[in-house]
Amino acid sequence: MSERGTTTTDEQETRAGKFGAYGGQYVPEVLMPAVEELADAYERYVLANEDGFVDDFRARIREFGGRPTPLSRAENLSERYGFDVYLKREDLLHGGAHKLNNALGQVLLAKYMGKERIVAETGAGQHGTATAMACAYLDMPCEIYMGRTDVNRQRPNVFRMRIHDAEVNPVDVGSGTLKEAINETMRDWATNVEDTHYVIGSVVGPHPFPAMVRDFQSVISEEVREQSREKLGELPEAVVACAGGGSNTMGAFAAFAGSASLPGAPEGTHDPAPDVDLLAVEAGGSSLGVDESEGYAPNSASLSTGSEGVLHGARTKLLQTEEGQIVESHSVSAGLDYAGVGPELAHLVDEGRVTPVNVDDDAALEAFHRLSREEGIIPALESSHAIAYLEEYEGDGPVVVNVSGRGDKDLDTVIEESTARDLDAAPSMEVFEE
Amino acid sequence: MTRSEIRAAFEDGPALVSYVAAGDPSVEASKEYVEALVDGGSDVIELGLPFSEPVAEGTTIQNAIKRALNAGMTPDAYLDLVRDLDVDVPVVCMTYYNLIYQYGESEARSASENASGDEPRASGGPEEFVAAAAEAGISGFVVPDLPVDESGPMYEACREHGLDLIFIVAPTTTPERLERMLDRTTGFVYVQGRLGTTAPATRSARTRPRPSNACRTPTSRRPSASASRRASRPARSSPAARTASSSGARTSTSSPRAWRTTCPRRTSPTASNRSPRS
Ligand SMILES: Cc1ncc(COP(=O)(O)O)c(C=O)c1O
Repeated sequence: MSERGTTTTDEQETRAGKFGAYGGQYVPEVLMPAVEELADAYERYVLANEDGFVDDFRARIREFGGRPTPLSRAENLSERYGFDVYLKREDLLHGGAHKLNNALGQVLLAKYMGKERIVAETGAGQHGTATAMACAYLDMPCEIYMGRTDVNRQRPNVFRMRIHDAEVNPVDVGSGTLKEAINETMRDWATNVEDTHYVIGSVVGPHPFPAMVRDFQSVISEEVREQSREKLGELPEAVVACAGGGSNTMGAFAAFAGSASLPGAPEGTHDPAPDVDLLAVEAGGSSLGVDESEGYAPNSASLSTGSEGVLHGARTKLLQTEEGQIVESHSVSAGLDYAGVGPELAHLVDEGRVTPVNVDDDAALEAFHRLSREEGIIPALESSHAIAYLEEYEGDGPVVVNVSGRGDKDLDTVIEESTARDLDAAPSMEVFEE
Repeated sequence: MTRSEIRAAFEDGPALVSYVAAGDPSVEASKEYVEALVDGGSDVIELGLPFSEPVAEGTTIQNAIKRALNAGMTPDAYLDLVRDLDVDVPVVCMTYYNLIYQYGESEARSASENASGDEPRASGGPEEFVAAAAEAGISGFVVPDLPVDESGPMYEACREHGLDLIFIVAPTTTPERLERMLDRTTGFVYVQGRLGTTAPATRSARTRPRPSNACRTPTSRRPSASASRRASRPARSSPAARTASSSGARTSTSSPRAWRTTCPRRTSPTASNRSPRS
């Protein structure tokens, strides 16, 4: 087709924010000045450490967040698989998930930019909780949008957000999950754009969000590289992370994938490491593919099965009908239940640098129980997907798995789903039944 | 380049532009609404092609879009409806970029035909839909999630087929951005009168409504919000427009886009004639 790949001069000049053919800034005009202002602030404060912003961020994520998180050898899993398994413990970050790296970074940036109000979407409630915590800590008013389905399946996080004094606005449209929550947050932002910053929760959205969120999350892989040097004496053979929007994924991959480093990164942590396999584990849900007539995909595997399109400000890989309507995705894990994925991940997959794989709901639930029983760590259902992939992994190790969060928020879902599926791995909860 | 029909609609001063979500509640009803709006005095029809993620819309149009999608509206059915319309005013297609991008032989098509995921063909682009829309009788496009910065391929396709690409000038738009839009504007520009979405006052900005930064600059070829507010006035006395409005159609009085006016292209030799004040 003749237009493809043709860009006019001004588009070529703004190639920043493009990852190959992906990325860009597909947002309503009303938001464009805010997006440009943010891109400028990103370049100055984050990339150039103006006013010592990144130093401030690093100090706070250490003091408030509890970084660095450990890289722990999983003794029993290593024995089970016959290769060394290391867990990157983002579940131990304050709030219980990697989400705080980004939320704290962005709320702090909003402060530096003179913004007076924060809005955010949330799926699993982890990003909403992290944002609410960061806002309480940095004294910013905060409103969170959350799909109704997610409100119901992630109740503990709704309470946590409220306790941090954030407003929580349930979104009733569509399937009431992350996609609808993002739509509604974009609408709020478009209405209040002059004093409000939108803390997007993953490496999605218009430039500069995908790059900026990756940079805040890159502290994960920065630490993994340092810790590998100490504990493994070498780089891992592979890094495995679950992928919803892909922020823990890009955070765990950034230093290995050759992304530019955040100012202040220790020497050598972003040197090229082409031999380290990067595996993005998507939610296979109950099965792969898209049901065109129902506008439904029983999975959230946009990297494995999606196609190129434009959603939420970026060109990326999507679950969509052949006409381009976005379909409702599914995953037992709320945080992975999204029809899109970060544009940089889509690009890295096309380049062959990142390998997309997927595990289904059952395998994730089993992995949840396995890690809980064998290692004494209750993982988030999102992270359980990454852990489940170890069952299929064929290399010799060592393998680093990013445990992106802890699973306390998922207990209701896990008990219900394990019982409904009659999972062998699940402990009996009979004691508690009336 | 052919003379813009849309621009012609503004030739005698303010024009009334009315919105209908195509297929809400049915294709037949949309045809009736559009024809009634034109009988009632609409100078331009903006026919929404429903997209599943209408981020720029408030609840009224979100609901209209949902009803239309549930009733089976598709891009092909939309083009059939356009072909079928018996109106003598320009019809503008308002939709989101992904639908335009996927039309025809897209990657989404090949991927969904082959969910096992053999190497998908790189594909997609606005050319096919713009061509089909031109053939069906569409005069121009409004694409809320396609800012001027990303509009290169769409602009080229529209130019090739003689269609207008209409940009939205927001209250936040800077003079510099307005310049870039005017460089690519052929029909008219929207002047969005207040921050937010198209919902009629369901969500009001916490800051006071005000006209665009950029458009406040007092030069003769720039639009002014007060003049364009006058432009929307006839709708209030149009029974056809009101009837349609209560069935999910939107006239310019009920949306922030009410404040719209001509914003002639900078190169236009007749620019000063079309000052909305005349
Ligand atoms: C613990 C945890 N892991 C992973 C994710 C998925 O997000 P991302 O793919 O952006 O890391 C979430 C999202 O809510 C989460 O809470």
